[in-house]
Amino acid sequence: MAKRIRVLLAKLGLDSHTIGVTVIAKALRDAGMEVIYSGLKQTPEMVVRTAIQEDVDVVGLSSLSAAHMSHFSRVLELLRAEGASDKLVLGGGVIPERDAEKLRAMGVAAVFTMGATTTEIIEFIERWWTQREAQ
Amino acid sequence: MSERARDAAARLRAGDTAALARAIRWLEDGDALGASVLREVAGAPERAWRIGVTGPAGAGKSTLVDALITELRRRGQRVGVLAVDPSSPFSGGALLGDRLRMQRHTLDPGVFIRSMATRGRMGGLASATHGAAILVDAAGFDVVLIETVGVGQDELDVAELAHTTVVVSVPGLGDEVQALKAGLFEVADVHALNKADLPGADSAERNLRALLDLETQRREGEPRWAPPLVRTVAARGDGVPALLDACDAHRVHLAASGEGERRAATRAEQLFYALLREQAPQRLLARATDLDRTIAALRAGEIDAFAAAEAVLAGGGLPAL
Repeated sequence: MAKRIRVLLAKLGLDSHTIGVTVIAKALRDAGMEVIYSGLKQTPEMVVRTAIQEDVDVVGLSSLSAAHMSHFSRVLELLRAEGASDKLVLGGGVIPERDAEKLRAMGVAAVFTMGATTTEIIEFIERWWTQREAQ
Repeated sequence: MSERARDAAARLRAGDTAALARAIRWLEDGDALGASVLREVAGAPERAWRIGVTGPAGAGKSTLVDALITELRRRGQRVGVLAVDPSSPFSGGALLGDRLRMQRHTLDPGVFIRSMATRGRMGGLASATHGAAILVDAAGFDVVLIETVGVGQDELDVAELAHTTVVVSVPGLGDEVQALKAGLFEVADVHALNKADLPGADSAERNLRALLDLETQRREGEPRWAPPLVRTVAARGDGVPALLDACDAHRVHLAASGEGERRAATRAEQLFYALLREQAPQRLLARATDLDRTIAALRAGEIDAFAAAEAVLAGGGLPAL
C-alpha cells in the first residue's frame, strides 16, 4: 500500500468564498493526494484538532479577510503546543506581500496569493514531501 | 514488537488521539508499525459498539451520522467516527468531505472523527477500516460509527465489520426499492428512511415495509429479529433518538439470542481471510526467487503466465524452461 500525502484545506474567519478552495482541492486530488475539506468559518482550534485527528501532512489555510495574521499565528502556536509542528503549513488568499513576509517569518512555509497556479502549489508540496521522505 | 509500536499502543490506550490518528495512518500506508500496534491491542476484549451506516449516495449518511453523534453524546457515550470516501481510480487521490457535515463536533473531546479513502479497495470500506475500528475501541470510545461510501448493491463489507448495520434510504431516488432490493436490503439490521419530510415518503415507506415482510419470512428459523424501519429527518435530528433506540434493541437481541456470538465468530474468520488476501500477494512476491527473470521470460513468451504463477505460488522462482 503506497503512502499518500494527506492535506487539510480550511477556511479561516468569516468569509464564505468556496470557489478557490474547491479548485485547489480538486487539483490536489488529481495529483494523487487525499484532501480533507473541513468547511467554512473554521477557528484555529478547529483547524488544529482536525489536522491531528486526520493526521494530515499539510495544512492549507485560506483567508480572504484581514484577520489572517492573528488566525495563522494562532494555528502555528497551537500546532507547536500539540507537538504537531512537523506539518507543512501553507497560506493562501488575498494577502498583501508585507503580511506574507511576516507569515513566512512566523513559520508558514509558503504563501500563495491570487496569481498562484495549482501547479505551483502541487510542486511545492511534492518537493517538501520528497525531501521529508528522504530523511 | 518495536519500542515505538509499544509506546504508540500505550499512548493510544491512554486516549491520546494523536497517537490513535497516527496508528490509523500506519495501517493505511501499510507501515509495519500499524500491524504491530494492532497486535499489541488485539488481545483486549471488544468493548465498543460498532454501528455501520450505509446506503446510496445522497441518502444523507453524513448528516445522519452527525445527528447520531449528537444523540450519543447526549446519552453520555464517547463516539469515534470512521468516514469512508472513494479514492479516484485515476489519480489515487481523494476528496474527503464527510466531516464537513460533522463540524459542530470538532472541538468535543468525546468525539474522534477520521476520514478514510478507499485506496482501491472495493466493498464500500477502506482496507484499513477494520483495524482502525479496533484501534478506536482500544482508545476508549464507547461507540464506533462507520460510514461507508455511497454504495450500490454489492458493497457490503460494512455488515462484516459492524455489530449493527443501518441502511439509509430516501424517498424519491426514483426506484428506491430497486436500489435496495439486492444485497443492501438483506444486510440491514435497522432501516432508516431519511429525509422523511420529502414528498413521496409515505409511498417509500409502504414499499419498504412490503419488502420487510418478505425479508422477515426469509429469515424464518434464524433467531428472531425483524429489522425495524425508522423515519428520520437527520438535518433536524427528527427520529434520531428512535433510530438509536432501534440500534440498542438490536444490540440486546444479539446478546440475548446468541446471534452476536455467532456473528463474532464469522467476523473473526472473515477478518482472517481478508488479512491473507491483502498481505499474501506481496509476501509471495517478496519470497519468490528470480522474479525478474521469471517476468522477463514471461514477457518474451518463453513461459506462459500459468506456469509462472504456479512457480511463484509453489514458493519457487523461474520454472524449468
